Amino acid sequence: MIKAEQKPIDEILKYLNPYNKILLSGCGACVTVCHAGGEKEVELLASGLRMARQKIGKKIEVLEVTPARQCEPEFALELSETIEKVEAVLSISCGVGVQTLVRHFPKIPIFPGVNTSFLGETITHGVWEERCQACGNCILEKTGGICPISRCAKQLLNGPCGGSSKGKCEIKKEADCAWQLIYDRLKTLNQLYKLEEIIPAKRWGVESRDSGLRRIVREDLKV
Amino acid sequence: MKAGSNLEKVLEKRLFAVTGELGPPKGNDVSVIKRKAELLKGYVDAVNVTDNQTAIVRMSSIATSSLLIQLGLEPVMQMTTRDRNRIAIQSDIFGATALGIKNMLCLTGDHHTFGNQVDAKNVHDLDSIQLIDCVRTMRDQGRLLGGEEKIEGEINIFIGAAANPFADPFEFRVIRLGKKVAAGVNFIQTQCIYDMNRFKEWMRMVRDRGLHEKCHILGGVTPLKSGGMARYMAKNVSGIIIPDEIIDRVVKAKKPAEEGIKICVEQIQELREIEGVHGVHIMAIEWEQMVSKITEMAGLLPRPKIE
Ligand code: SF4
Ligand code: SF4
Repeated sequence: MIKAEQKPIDEILKYLNPYNKILLSGCGACVTVCHAGGEKEVELLASGLRMARQKIGKKIEVLEVTPARQCEPEFALELSETIEKVEAVLSISCGVGVQTLVRHFPKIPIFPGVNTSFLGETITHGVWEERCQACGNCILEKTGGICPISRCAKQLLNGPCGGSSKGKCEIKKEADCAWQLIYDRLKTLNQLYKLEEIIPAKRWGVESRDSGLRRIVREDLKV
Repeated sequence: MKAGSNLEKVLEKRLFAVTGELGPPKGNDVSVIKRKAELLKGYVDAVNVTDNQTAIVRMSSIATSSLLIQLGLEPVMQMTTRDRNRIAIQSDIFGATALGIKNMLCLTGDHHTFGNQVDAKNVHDLDSIQLIDCVRTMRDQGRLLGGEEKIEGEINIFIGAAANPFADPFEFRVIRLGKKVAAGVNFIQTQCIYDMNRFKEWMRMVRDRGLHEKCHILGGVTPLKSGGMARYMAKNVSGIIIPDEIIDRVVKAKKPAEEGIKICVEQIQELREIEGVHGVHIMAIEWEQMVSKITEMAGLLPRPKIE
């Protein structure tokens, strides 16, 4: 899922400086799971903003809402009536959710309240780690189900660099070396032969983000 | 002959090759290159020119290599995939070969966060193995990566790469070398060797796969200057192993630097005895004045002159 972290409150306050009545919108999906933008965080941030503005004698009214999935138009549109009543929106959904609001509400300023960080999984309570960079052509079959594009600091596709030491990555000592994990897993599966094959240069320029805006069209689903 | 470089000729004649290393200046001061070149000239068959080593911005390896040619030294131009995508890589290879550069070392490169431009966007469009394949395609098929278009002119390059027997997973190291050979590498320079037992074990695995007959392996050595340096490297540099007895020898020596040179010379002599090791790569960075002494003491002089 998408992982995000709340922006520093001072940065958010700066965005909101010109406004006295805003809507703070969270999202019930990914950002709820990583405790960055769910209902609870909406509540906490809203009171934080009110207090900070009260302190400087510039009261702000903050309406709160947490649609189930801000990135889906049908849920985003639930905000229509409330948005009429405010001067700006602060969204603590991911960057996608922010843009769904922007697309549907072209006349009102909408600000991001979180930094959208990565596509990752929960390791343990309070710890999330990156797992995928949406490269557009998944190679997990070749690498024992462990992604070197998101997990190797140099995105190496053909094995570990010279800095892999005792299972750890030389760039971030707290991180496992992706290629050590790949090696261990393929060994367990008796598939070490897979490492002998050269994985050719990836087609970043036509498959990944580098190709320009990516879009999926499913004719069978269109109405 | 792939490129007809001096290094290639020495290796093809089965003479024990010697390469050195030169770090370009952190600016455009050519006198730095001249000074280091003088210290290496006549003692090595070719000189590696690092490509923004440890991600510190320096004069480009192409420009420095070209200057070395003017100074009468043969360069091994290092190229990392950290900073260039395949457009820049292939364009730079056109340029480098036009300037007379005949040896190239294909590397991934040190991560940009180790250097002085930590905010940079790193590239890694290709990895080092894909880079080897790219250069080989340009040279042997006269065309660009993934294209049919013919290259104007000929790309004659003796293709090198690195190998590190001291990084993990150990068993993967030789598989990776096999991939480099399959991608078309002609010579290999290893990470600095201190743990001779591990190196010999790695070479045994290399020979088991017959890889020593498909590429020339040059063992890497770096003389230790002091006990502090030995301890620091052993502790902080990932992928370098220095056994305690070597650290102890330097630490306890009355003249640590001399002891470091002595150890280095012993290592070279040991390397010469290993089947499949065809040369030595001496990395005496910022200690280039020692290369003459090391090569002399190791009985590697005079360097052959091949027409
Ligand atoms: S290979 Fe690509 S799609 Fe698959 S997990 Fe990695 S980044 Fe994601
Ligand atoms: S240590 Fe492992 S994860 Fe880190 S850059 Fe090298 S190969 Fe990639």
